[in-house]
Order: sequence, then C-alpha cells, then structure tokens
Amino acid sequence: MKRPEPVQVVKSRRDAALAALVGAVPYIQFLGIRFDRRGDELTAVLPFDPKLVGNPMLQALHGGVTSSFLEVTALIGLSWVSLWDDLEAGLIDPVAVAAGQLPPLPKTIDFTVDYLRAGLPRDAYARAKVNRSGRRYASVQVEAWQDNRERPFALGSMHCLMPPGPGEPGE
Amino acid sequence: MKDRLTIARQFIQALPYAQALGMELTELGAGTACVSMAWDARFVGDPASGVLHGGAISALMDTAAGAAVMSHPAAPVSTATLDLRIEYMRPATPGQRVSARAECHHVTRSVAFVRIIAVDADEDRAVAMGTGAFTVDRPKAVCA
Repeated sequence: MKRPEPVQVVKSRRDAALAALVGAVPYIQFLGIRFDRRGDELTAVLPFDPKLVGNPMLQALHGGVTSSFLEVTALIGLSWVSLWDDLEAGLIDPVAVAAGQLPPLPKTIDFTVDYLRAGLPRDAYARAKVNRSGRRYASVQVEAWQDNRERPFALGSMHCLMPPGPGEPGE
Repeated sequence: MKDRLTIARQFIQALPYAQALGMELTELGAGTACVSMAWDARFVGDPASGVLHGGAISALMDTAAGAAVMSHPAAPVSTATLDLRIEYMRPATPGQRVSARAECHHVTRSVAFVRIIAVDADEDRAVAMGTGAFTVDRPKAVCA
C-alpha cells in the first residue's frame, strides 16, 4: 500500500492552486476578496472597505458590490470543483497550476440576485453550492451573510457555460 | 439653478462604489438613465482575454437602474434593489467603454420595475440585458 503524502505537501499543493486561481483575476483583487479553505470547502471573505459603499447615508454596501461578491464566489466555487478533482486525480500538474497555467474559467450565462437586506458596513462571507456541473452547462447557487450565518443578506443563482475540455472544440 | 442632470451626476459621483468604478451619468429622463464606465485593467474578470468581469457590468447596470427609478415622475425619496437578473450575451470588447441604459417602465406604490441594457462601442449588439425590481420609498407626508 502507498504511504500517504505528508500533510504539509498536500496542504501547500492545494493552497498554491487556490491562490493561483484567485490571484489571476484582477477584479477579485480590486474588491479585496479572499478565500478560506477547509478541505475542498471554500468560504469567500469580503473585508469591508469604504469604497464598497453604495448608500453613503446608511453606509450600506453597493448593490453592485453584493452582486459582484456573489458572482465571484459562484465562479471560483465552480472552477475550484473541477480544479480540485483534476488536481487530486493527478490529471494536471500542480507546479504548472501554481505557476499560473490554469484551465479557462467558465462563462456566466445569467445571474439572478435576491437582495434580502441591506449590506452592512462590515465584513461579508459567501459560499457557493454547485447543483449541477455538466460538460457544457453548470448551475450554481450562492449565499452571502454578515454577522449571522442564519440571516443571509443576499442569494444568487447562476448558470454557466463550461470551458471546453482538452481536445474539445470551443464555442 | 443647476439642471437635473448636473444634480443627478453629482449624486452618482458621491456614491463611493460608483466613483471607485469611474461611473458617469450621461443621460437622465423621466424614469430613464444612462450610466457608463471606461474599460480598466483592474476590473478584468478573464485575465487571458482582458474581458471585464460580469460583476463590474452588473454594478454598472444596478447603478443605472437605481438612477432610472430615482428619476421617475413618482419621485421616490430613495430606492434599493430587491432583485436583479442579468443575462450576459457576449463579452464586452476589451478597451471599450460600457454603457448601461435603464428604463423604469412601471411603478406601483412600493415597487419599481426596471429593464436595463448594456452595450459597448458596437451598440447594435447588446453585451447584457437585465430586469430588476426596486423598492420605492415615498416621502413621509405622502404616506400619512
């Protein structure tokens, strides 16, 4: 039987892949979003910043910040599922991934946001759930909350066009 | 007296996130508004192609929609997005300005319904289309 890899090796391979995936997208950096990882589960974190405000009276987050945060979380969540599977199965080279050679990102077909309550001037968190990830299409749900996990402030639902796999013709 | 467009333009520019994305109000009617923003490397979603992130487009469309609601003759004192659905038909061409044109086509006592279309320099082919429902906050005196 094969000996399990040392935990540090596994961790650093996964963290390097995630950092490369997230770090490659300028708009994620502009918003200041980072991702916490527990195994394969990701939580997106949007630290509050005064530039993210849409209503100066209430200091509420701009609706576009909320939708951007949800969309970023959904897209990274979806990409991460396939990246994780390929990485764990040894189908792609972790060194190349960490160096920025990433598979193409899925493309958003449509996105619906349900604004449940105003985004407060505090850090926000979000998690995505991939309900279906087919060869061509995917459907992802995403939920964002602030102080209280049981009281989400926005929900999103997204359909995506998956990137063609190796050897498949593109759009 | 300053005209409506100037006042509304200053209002949009006072919204921190609208300012952060460099949004500019270019037109304002009775329930219609056009808001545009320049392409910027910081707002890119696909590093391989330089295409703007859908989130940046949705922020622009949300702002245009809010401006259209505020400009409606029903004259709400404020508004907030209840729900927004956006369809992304094609990537916005890198380097080109994106404009979102919103029309608040129906207003009830409490809800405003809005349609939004986003285009780049090729105005005949929409980049994205959206529909949204917004809250309508009436002046206190009217509600009493």
